[in-house]
Amino acid sequence: MLVTYIEAIRQAMDEELARDGNVLLMGEDVGVLGGAFKASAGLQEKHGADRVIDMPISESLIVGAGVGLAVQGMRPVLEMQFIDFIACGFDQIVNTAATLRYRHGGQTACPIVVRGPSGGGVHGGLYHSQNPEAWFCHVPGLKVVAPATAYDAKGLLKSAIRDDDPVIYFEHKFLYRRIKEEIPAEEFLVPIGKAALRKEGRDLTVVTYGAPVHAVMKAARDMAAEVDIEVIDLRTLLPIDWATVKGSARKTGKVLIVHEARLSGGIGGEVAARIAQDCFEELDGPVMRLAARDVHTPFAPAMEDYVLPNQEKVTEAIRKLAAY
Amino acid sequence: MTEQKDRELYRWLRLIREFEGRISALDKQGKLMGGVYSGKGQEAVTVGFCHDLRLDDWIFPLHRDLGAFLVKGADPKRLMAQIFGKRDGFAKGKDSYLHGGDLANGIFGATSCLGATLPVAAGMAYKFKIRKEDRVAIAFFGEGASSRGDVHEAMNFAGVHRLPVVFVCENNFYAYSTPNELQFGADNVADRAVGYGFKGEVVNGNDLHAVMKTAGKAIDRARRGDGPTLVECKTYRYHGHSEHDRADYRSEEEVITWESRDPIFLWEIYLEKRKYDIAAIRKGTGEEVTRIVEEAVAFAEAGASPEGPEAMEDLYAMPIDTEAR
Ligand SMILES: Cc1ncc(C[n+]2csc(CCOP(=O)(O)OP(=O)(O)O)c2C)c(N)n1
Repeated sequence: MLVTYIEAIRQAMDEELARDGNVLLMGEDVGVLGGAFKASAGLQEKHGADRVIDMPISESLIVGAGVGLAVQGMRPVLEMQFIDFIACGFDQIVNTAATLRYRHGGQTACPIVVRGPSGGGVHGGLYHSQNPEAWFCHVPGLKVVAPATAYDAKGLLKSAIRDDDPVIYFEHKFLYRRIKEEIPAEEFLVPIGKAALRKEGRDLTVVTYGAPVHAVMKAARDMAAEVDIEVIDLRTLLPIDWATVKGSARKTGKVLIVHEARLSGGIGGEVAARIAQDCFEELDGPVMRLAARDVHTPFAPAMEDYVLPNQEKVTEAIRKLAAY
Repeated sequence: MTEQKDRELYRWLRLIREFEGRISALDKQGKLMGGVYSGKGQEAVTVGFCHDLRLDDWIFPLHRDLGAFLVKGADPKRLMAQIFGKRDGFAKGKDSYLHGGDLANGIFGATSCLGATLPVAAGMAYKFKIRKEDRVAIAFFGEGASSRGDVHEAMNFAGVHRLPVVFVCENNFYAYSTPNELQFGADNVADRAVGYGFKGEVVNGNDLHAVMKTAGKAIDRARRGDGPTLVECKTYRYHGHSEHDRADYRSEEEVITWESRDPIFLWEIYLEKRKYDIAAIRKGTGEEVTRIVEEAVAFAEAGASPEGPEAMEDLYAMPIDTEAR
């Protein structure tokens, strides 16, 4: 069946709510309204108001209450209306959820999923455009995923809901209705911790995730006559699938990392450092990165475009590395 | 009140309505980016709390309080440019709506995180107190935002130190689609004031007289050094949460009921009762506010859009050297 990215998310929640009576969906306006972006449209009607729960406006409550439910064996999916507001639930995520199992010596699991729309490119301004994944990749005990396709959006969310650890699930709002994909009608899962090899190539590897996957794939196709690009979509940012990343780096000898989150302190730094350290002898050029500039994501189109990576910047970065 | 003040208040109500109405229309025409959050229906709260403030008092508006910018002294032209994301806006295009405040006029720009301005208002009021300045800070927030810890934490601190701050809850009965009964278990948000050790008051937020009276008392109390007040204004937003929200979680009946309590309509009835020439006032005011709004739109549309590299400006007091810039 042909589905959009956001429909894939809705299906994942619908199927998991139906499959397991312990699964809950909690968040602001997720019920009657069906969510600000309609990710949960119809789910309260179908699964009941005590399983699809409209919450007061308090992200720290939503996450903290989710942890309480999880300790009782429930599996709450916690929606942040915009991912930017995850900052308001930060303490409960990093200090309560992430440490839960560890500080109880393994006595309990913490099967929560915190999900919400991230990313820019829609002129949302400072507070409706953020890509805060790196904040969480610094926190042991969490898992972090960021799907780029409808198939992965569905398969990863289902895996996240079944996972016994807290998973932060970054969905990209730019992709919600812009991409459509044929996905299987029967049930499938996408494992957490496995990258996707989106395209094989010999000359150069691009490691990416989230919305830029599509720009990179387009560049790989457009530039095929010029350079044979291998594209790796990380999908999971914590833990990273190092075997796939390093295998590709060793094969092509050149790696470019592309993400929409800003450069300094971003995931790209970690990927670059590991490759530089472990694959040094096989490299034919420096590991390079393309990311947002080190500034907030501004509102006016020309500034937003200046700050975020785009097709043109991807092409330019690939050329630069290929020429090495 | 004098006739002049009665008319002045009317003018502000009408200007806000016209300004916001024009923004909604521009949004429908696809001329704006980002979300538009109309405060239509809530004008009396804004005017009632902001009108008698001094320039050196501060306001902390919520996302529907564009009108508060106007009453507190922001230039309508720059405010409109702000909404268009133009260089002449307070944020110089870096963000829209009230994320760029007008600090020269004592208007604090909010982040999008609901309720996050309340601790800031408390901090500012603390300064007014320790420097013995008889200034006040007015922090607006929605009943939805009242669920956030920041809101509670700010009020707690304000209560401890009896700070010159007025907390104004604009209870319009819905936070996006979430009705009050799913937001809090008490009858009124203002009932919580007792737990902070100061006074809470509930007022009809569509009745400008009632708002002015309560606001006046609370502001005097703060100025005198007698501490904070939590005022809950019961009001209603006519539009959806944003212009994209059809708001079909509300009944038509309910909307009609509230429309019959329209704050501008109520004020007109009062003006009529005072035997002013209401037809002339209505016409004159209408022409004046239309002119102001149209000038603002023309200014904003003609203004320059920022170019890409301007994104890097205003990040630090002194630019720092980072390669990703
Ligand atoms: C911390 C935080 N969570 C969620 C949101 C998304 N959001 C924006 S406005 C809104 C509803 C606000 O309701 P209320 O405070 O009652 O103000 P109103 O819009 O009714 O004027 C929500 C949930 C946000 N801006 N900040």
